[in-house]
Amino acid sequence: MSSHTGQPTLPGGEPLDVNDPRLSRFDIVREGARRDDIEIVHYEPQVAPGTKAERRLVRTVAGFFLLTGLAATAFLAVYIWWPWEYEPGRGGDKLYTPLLGVTLGVALLAVGFGILTWGKKLLPKEVSIQDRHVGAPSSEDQRLTSETMAYMADELGVKRRPLLGVSLLAGLAPVAAVAAAPLVGGLISDPHKDNQLMTTGFTPRDGQKIRLVREDGRPIRPADISAGGQITVFPGVEHGVSNQYADSPTLLIHLREEDAVESRRNNERAGHDGYMWGNYAAYSKVCTHAGCPASLYEQQTNRLLCPCHQSQFLITDNAKPIFGPASRRLPQLPIEVDAEGYFVAKSDYTEAVGPDFWERP
Amino acid sequence: MKRRKFDVAAVPGNAARAVDDRFGVATPLRRLLNKVFPDHWSFLLGEIALFSFVVLLLTGVFLTFFYEPAMTEVIYNGSYAPLRGTPMSAAYASTLDISFDVRGGLIMRQMHHWAALLFMAAIVVHMLRVFFTGAFRKPRETNWIIGSLLFWVGFLAGFTGYSLPDDGLSGTGLRIASAIMLSIPVIGSWVTAAVFNGEFPGTIIISRFFIAHVLLIPGLLIALISVHLGLVFTQKHTQWPGPGRTNGNVVGERMFPRYAIKQGGFFMVVFGVIALMGGLFQINPVWLFGPYEAWVVSAASQPDWYVMFLDGSTRLMPDWEITIPIGEGYVIPPLFWPTVVLPGILVAISLFYPFMEARHLKDYRSHNLLQRPRDVPFRTGLGVMAVTFYVILTLSGANDVIADKFQISLNAMTWAGRIGLLLLPPLAYYVTYRICLGLQQHDREVLAHGVETGIIRRLPDGRFVEVHQPLSAGNGHGELDYAGWVVPKKMNRLGALGPAIRGFFYPIERPVEAPVSPGHPPVEPRPEREEVTSGETRP
Repeated sequence: MSSHTGQPTLPGGEPLDVNDPRLSRFDIVREGARRDDIEIVHYEPQVAPGTKAERRLVRTVAGFFLLTGLAATAFLAVYIWWPWEYEPGRGGDKLYTPLLGVTLGVALLAVGFGILTWGKKLLPKEVSIQDRHVGAPSSEDQRLTSETMAYMADELGVKRRPLLGVSLLAGLAPVAAVAAAPLVGGLISDPHKDNQLMTTGFTPRDGQKIRLVREDGRPIRPADISAGGQITVFPGVEHGVSNQYADSPTLLIHLREEDAVESRRNNERAGHDGYMWGNYAAYSKVCTHAGCPASLYEQQTNRLLCPCHQSQFLITDNAKPIFGPASRRLPQLPIEVDAEGYFVAKSDYTEAVGPDFWERP
Repeated sequence: MKRRKFDVAAVPGNAARAVDDRFGVATPLRRLLNKVFPDHWSFLLGEIALFSFVVLLLTGVFLTFFYEPAMTEVIYNGSYAPLRGTPMSAAYASTLDISFDVRGGLIMRQMHHWAALLFMAAIVVHMLRVFFTGAFRKPRETNWIIGSLLFWVGFLAGFTGYSLPDDGLSGTGLRIASAIMLSIPVIGSWVTAAVFNGEFPGTIIISRFFIAHVLLIPGLLIALISVHLGLVFTQKHTQWPGPGRTNGNVVGERMFPRYAIKQGGFFMVVFGVIALMGGLFQINPVWLFGPYEAWVVSAASQPDWYVMFLDGSTRLMPDWEITIPIGEGYVIPPLFWPTVVLPGILVAISLFYPFMEARHLKDYRSHNLLQRPRDVPFRTGLGVMAVTFYVILTLSGANDVIADKFQISLNAMTWAGRIGLLLLPPLAYYVTYRICLGLQQHDREVLAHGVETGIIRRLPDGRFVEVHQPLSAGNGHGELDYAGWVVPKKMNRLGALGPAIRGFFYPIERPVEAPVSPGHPPVEPRPEREEVTSGETRP
């Protein structure tokens, strides 16, 4: 066979007799391909058997496979004997994962390159052409199938006996609902139960106002925060400092004198007079946009920035959003100091805390 | 006793006959072995996704043996000293244990994460290949739809998996997801309460995400991938145009052995690269983020790369809140548009694009030949427009980091993103369109006039002209049709120049040859390639 025949010559004549002893194995292979409408038009070994080039390639491939064995063994050795348990500081254990990665990676890459070299360099190159049979599902075939299906419908006779169809649909529709009911019914949970969307941990309990506490649970005196400072506070209830009260974290800010004056004026304008205590104001830390903690407080400009989507709130103007995607100001917690000199919440927040939703009043 | 004669050489043949007599596999097996696949580097991109998925399954199964999907509060008492004594969820504690107390657990975790990132990246790049070459056209619209769905299901798989460690970063992501559900008009609060079983975060979301991540979503992925591959198989792969290639044939290699061997080797290479990345490059060091606490977040909190475009769209969205003054008043928060409506539009456009294009072009024929991007300027333009849109959103998802590193005002970054999102995509469309036309024009020029030779000739009247080598016989003017395939543009592509200089670091110079007499050729002809000896000779 010549290495290139130019035009594919599809089998026009008789199929070969595959039992003909004169045929080589390749002839039979090609005959098989032909019967699948595949013509091998170009078949060319890349290396001649017994040449230097072949021996070199064989050595390369073998080298890759042996490297795999070596690297895989190294992986096992590292896995078993290298110190792996975590120790603080710069221990040898810090190299454990990198060494596993390198040995495993080299082992896999080497076997990969070995296989690729074998396939790409040692195997003969070929060009085969397969017929796609575009438009082969002939219109005749399509017609035969569609008539068969139409005949099935005739046999069922739904057209003549419409009651069967209607009753089947009417009967099956509730079955579908039966399948869906336990899932929907099991998952559904009333979002308005206990008014949970509107309340936080600062709701007074048994007429007792809730203290503002630090992360370690200690209550806070006004003198604990210097002017211009701020602190994250939590409701002083059981589990108040936990994700159970994810909507309750609040930022308690000690404003400087002139900022406090402006802030109080804006409070009064918004109908929030008395929400501040002295120069102290408390705003919800949960961003009204997507619920991240708005936690970056810029002392000089009195802006609070949420690091998730960069909404910025102006604390001295009722925490009004002044930049970014947030559309609603941070709710303010009305605060005062109790008889023992600790901060308490006068009442719960007077509006919904956290991200916005459809039925928020 | 007489020893029975046993012909070892006949065993495979007999066994094969025995199998075929019972199952009738010979013909279908031969068809499979002989199936022809066209070859091109760009056809391998989807396979990277497939192979990454296999690695995901392997490493994922390992991780499930040690991960505990529970939000019960525990006090950490493992090897990682800085967090000892910290209250945290059991999920986070078991993730720390995988990282520090399970031998080889960290590399599995990191390989799983890297494979997930690679899976999504390969899907996107593969999708771009399919789009820009028109491989989605009839009859392959269904496979395009399945591919688009695979992206979104992969997105869900990534997000649920990202949330499982319940660390400070992923908890914030979950918080934002709850806010997104909450922002849906009318049913938002009901959806959130159903998913979280009450208020965020509740105590059940991690176990629900776990079962979605290890059972429901992988099941869906496997089903979609199977159909995807099955369709590639039955519809046969598209091919580039070229000599001998028509809409009605496939020119390439038979699947076995060479093509299959190359696939197997490629799988090992992908696996090996993921192993190297998992070992050498740290990813998602959850122990640095601490457990999720609703009041803690840090700057530069970025999600995985494939979620960043949604983060970006959320950041760029202006604070447009729609209030509906009925009864007590209802609200559509600004969060709804970039996180629910925008992905919805993107899904719809990607799903229906093949049908929209066919309708626009009134082209309802089957296409098995690919198109070069330059040959369909409007589609290429649209694709580049979409990529520009996506890149701006993704960059905006990291605009705080960019602002910080390059000392730019954060607000300026946001505004640049907002304006850029409106202006740059149309501009990209126009520029791409013109580039496509220019490339086409140059191809046509070469077909009409030939390849530039670099030889300048001075004419008798003093003018200088460059000599062109025509591509066809004769004077080569206007004889070649534009075929939508590569046109040689350099002399060495025609085989008209000598081979490149040999040598890696410095050229290997041959000793200067003695001047040859005119009768002898200066260079010896290349040795003929040996013929294949197959028994048959063709005329």
